[in-house]
Amino acid sequence: MLKDITIGQYFPGKSIIHRLDPRIKIILIVAFIVMLFIADTFFGLGVGMVFVLGAFLLSGIPFKMMLKSLKPLMPLLIFTGLLNLLFIRTGDVLFKWKFLIITKLGVTTAAFMIIRIVALIIGSSLLTYTTSPIQLTDAIERLFSPLKVIKVPVHELAMMMTIALRFIPTLIEDTDKIMSAQKARGADMETGSIIKRAKALVPIFVPLIVSSFRRAVELALAMECRCYHGGEGRTRLKQLKTSFRDYAAIFVTAVFITGVVFADKINFFI
Amino acid sequence: MPIIKTEGLTYVYGEGTPFCKTAVDNVDLEIDEGELVGIIGHTGSGKSTLIQHFNGLLKPTSGKVFIDGEQLWKDKSRLRDIRFKVGLVFQYPEYQLFEESVYKDIAFGPKNMGLSDSEIDKRVRESMRMVGLSEDIMEKSPFELSGGQKRRAAIAGVMAMDPKVLILDEPASGLDPKGRDAILAQIREYHQQKKNTVMMVSHSMEDIAKHTTKILVMNKAKVFCYDTPVNVFHRSKELEQMGLAVPQITRVFNRLKAAGVPIEDDVYTVEFGKKLIMRLLENR
Repeated sequence: MLKDITIGQYFPGKSIIHRLDPRIKIILIVAFIVMLFIADTFFGLGVGMVFVLGAFLLSGIPFKMMLKSLKPLMPLLIFTGLLNLLFIRTGDVLFKWKFLIITKLGVTTAAFMIIRIVALIIGSSLLTYTTSPIQLTDAIERLFSPLKVIKVPVHELAMMMTIALRFIPTLIEDTDKIMSAQKARGADMETGSIIKRAKALVPIFVPLIVSSFRRAVELALAMECRCYHGGEGRTRLKQLKTSFRDYAAIFVTAVFITGVVFADKINFFI
Repeated sequence: MPIIKTEGLTYVYGEGTPFCKTAVDNVDLEIDEGELVGIIGHTGSGKSTLIQHFNGLLKPTSGKVFIDGEQLWKDKSRLRDIRFKVGLVFQYPEYQLFEESVYKDIAFGPKNMGLSDSEIDKRVRESMRMVGLSEDIMEKSPFELSGGQKRRAAIAGVMAMDPKVLILDEPASGLDPKGRDAILAQIREYHQQKKNTVMMVSHSMEDIAKHTTKILVMNKAKVFCYDTPVNVFHRSKELEQMGLAVPQITRVFNRLKAAGVPIEDDVYTVEFGKKLIMRLLENR
């Protein structure tokens, strides 16, 4: 049951998208989001879609995975669609029944919003599919390092994130073990009222919290033994480097943003 | 009728993913009531996976498990009763302690069985005595105990359910030599008093040789053999090829025999070895 949870949906690979500098990738994703929001015609949105789908193809991630990332956000998509469909009451009326009014503008806005959100999800899941969690935190640390000037503990926050990610599988394993052990003593977690089931969680949570604290103490000690003392003067094994392909990616993105602006203009003339 | 029986038991981890691995492969096994079985095998040989099938924590990918003649997983609602019949003590069981007092923690299992308070009280006291915990720590928090005491309290928690079969996964791991001898001796005493079936996973050949009546050797997800200690350690060559060592004393006697000393080589406890050496010296 617990094994089915996948966190950090990194999909290892060697494509050009995988090998981009993670910092650049994050910046480009932000640029992509801006791209989607300056597009206000279907043409412009289409250009954005071509951009993200092209990147997806380059990354070699199975198409199936893209659909999988959309699935959990289905309710949000449907909700947004319905909201726009039912509450936009200006424009040509297509359908009218009692208090329900569906207008042409409503339909186009709903479609527009849905496409925009889908593109957004595809873009951001592409980032997590092609960048390992460690690379991501590394990049975030670097990108936010200017904030150190105003005393934001950037390194410490990034380290916390790294540790949290590292321990998710461990804690899942611990939970699994404790659950089995309590089940072996006849703990019943599947039947009964909500209150009874909530009470049945006590034998799971208490040992889990105890073991998390134990792990935290051990980890802190191990880190101190290796002379960890925060980010001050710390060097890294894997240096982040921007190379030709990163500049190429920036160039391509810039071209597409211009493309979006032009596509919007063209739409006006037609 | 054997108390535990498996037919073609197979378990595959992560079936249908690229990471799938057969942990238990087509195991046929019959374990009679009243045995004290030692289970040995390399890390990853499937020992722990196998024992989790005996109380229905894992569902076989294929094959059948019978406990006391009853097939598991045929009726899911019976699983809980099976778990009271087959008590399973996990590795490092002290990590499962959670109650505010030792007494309450040991009583968790019997309470789940729906026993009366007086019966629970009787069982808690009896199992505490069985594992050698004195009654004055009963009201203490389990988190205040020493490592060895925690281990005992956790084992007592399963013993208190009075299972027909008690299975322990490395009950002595991580304890100092004195602590491990004490716990193993108590398990053996429990077996002798209760006359029920006890199974115990261990990495220490010495422990297994000293305490068990039957040995189950697992190798690469399969049962290599299930036999008496004499017969198992007789195959010392094969065991060593699997990367399992025979007890040190057996190795000594194997070498003595190879060196031409007229002596038996079916020796697997120090006491027996001592006797043989004394006899040899007297007859000289």
